[in-house]
Amino acid sequence: MISWRSTWSIYTRELMRFLRTAFQSVLAPVLTTALYFIVFGAAIGGRMPDLGGVDYGAFIIPGLLMLTLLGETTSNSSFGIYMPRFTGTIYELLSAPVGVSETLVGFVGAAMTKSLILAAIILVTARLFVDYSIAYPLLAVIYIMLVAAAFSLFGFILGIWADNFEKLGIIPMLFLTPLTFLGGTFYSIDMLPKPWDTIALANPIVYLVSGLRWTFYGSSDVNIWVSFGITLGFLATCTAVIAYIFKTGWRLRA
Amino acid sequence: MNEPILELDGLSKVYPGGLKALDNVDLIIRQGEIFALLGPNGAGKTTLIGAICGLVRPTSGTMRAFGHDLATGWRQARARIGLVPQELATDMFEPVERAVAYSRGLFGLAPDPKRIEEILRSLSLWDKRDERIMALSGGMKRRVLIAKALAHEPDLLFLDEPTAGVDVELRKGMWAIVDEMRDRGVTIILTTHYIEEAELMADRVGIINRGKLLMVDEKEAMMARLGRTEAHISLSSPITELPPSIAQYPVEIEKGGTSLCYRGGDGTGRGKAEVAEITKALIAAGIDYDGIDLRESSLEDIFVSLLGEEEAA
Repeated sequence: MISWRSTWSIYTRELMRFLRTAFQSVLAPVLTTALYFIVFGAAIGGRMPDLGGVDYGAFIIPGLLMLTLLGETTSNSSFGIYMPRFTGTIYELLSAPVGVSETLVGFVGAAMTKSLILAAIILVTARLFVDYSIAYPLLAVIYIMLVAAAFSLFGFILGIWADNFEKLGIIPMLFLTPLTFLGGTFYSIDMLPKPWDTIALANPIVYLVSGLRWTFYGSSDVNIWVSFGITLGFLATCTAVIAYIFKTGWRLRA
Repeated sequence: MNEPILELDGLSKVYPGGLKALDNVDLIIRQGEIFALLGPNGAGKTTLIGAICGLVRPTSGTMRAFGHDLATGWRQARARIGLVPQELATDMFEPVERAVAYSRGLFGLAPDPKRIEEILRSLSLWDKRDERIMALSGGMKRRVLIAKALAHEPDLLFLDEPTAGVDVELRKGMWAIVDEMRDRGVTIILTTHYIEEAELMADRVGIINRGKLLMVDEKEAMMARLGRTEAHISLSSPITELPPSIAQYPVEIEKGGTSLCYRGGDGTGRGKAEVAEITKALIAAGIDYDGIDLRESSLEDIFVSLLGEEEAA
């Protein structure tokens, strides 16, 4: 039976950690998003045709949102569990009467909350540069939450797997960011020449960006249900991996 | 005799590299006692504590705490166990009071600012409650760890090297804290390198080396069984043979007849009494002496001797 008090303690402490660096945590994505809009939205976007009837500046919003969401969620969550391992404070968590449920809901819930706050900030920032509307706002929120949950879990796994800071940064830097850039953040897959349009479909991030774009504008490169299916599949896989980690104590207990 | 609150049966831990950190450890801890676990570096003390507290996965054996099997009823058992680790591991950016309140919440208890205040006051941390932990001295940081471990009001507390790296004055302060906890009925298991500390505080002592629990006994019983008195009596004039009146005692002539050496007793004071009888017998036999150097063996001597025997074996 899950202890909600323990869960709340972990969750609020993680959020406090976020608030300690709130200025940096909020300012960095706002600045990055603003720069993307200035460069891609205003400078280049002005010369781009509409894509599927959507202005280019508005077209890149879901992609940019996903870019920040994936990066921030993964790093927040991975740091959240890696730092206690690194500093040794994990002893308190391991010796407490808390299991996988409290730990996951606490850490992952906090990482999700931070990501949702950032997503809201990015959308507000985007509004300063581009006029846009969201076709299915409820679906958009659900989708953002699903992606945030999945990548919080992924970050959690990363934070347990990593045994140094280099490893902690290498997956987001070498895989996540490039795949997001190549995942249709700034273009539609239809714009790619053959066979790259087909090869691009091997990139799982394509489905995430495309799914979010569908909730915004009602059209996308791939079917929305395929996007939902892949997101849920990734979520389930990460949950299973974490359940295994807690069951075996891998990298947590000596 | 108080009821057992912790029972270890055949507990072993072999690390992946093959190192046997715990070797078939059996141990029973009773409610309200202070148990000191002594052993050299790498003996298995921290592994033993880690296994009970959930930081280490035992390879074999069973552990029961408060009647719960730690493999299945760990939630109920851990809720009543506190741990103060050897390392000063805590979020250094967190203020003291919030860190302690977090520990209480983590163990599933409702917030209780009054109880947190009591704990902080008892550890002389109340004035520092709003300070970040990083701003505190080493001794104060260790107190914060104790406060965090006490925040959920545990019935069994593990103190892993509580006075390591702490100066003499703070060490004495720490002993006073342990005394207070004992008065409150908390059962304490501590590991220490300072044998003097165990001698002063513990009711029972366990000696561990290479993962094996070599001996567990009441401190007094251990001292009585293994303790010795050693006395060197400097004679005013050399002698060549012992007077018959002291031949029954374990006495030897040394330093060319200018000194007598007594090695005997049992750690209960019998040695001192025998030395007094020997000196009376010497005077009665007309042998004068001008000095006595008397020394009771300490727990440290027993510890060193036991480890020596184990190494030899």
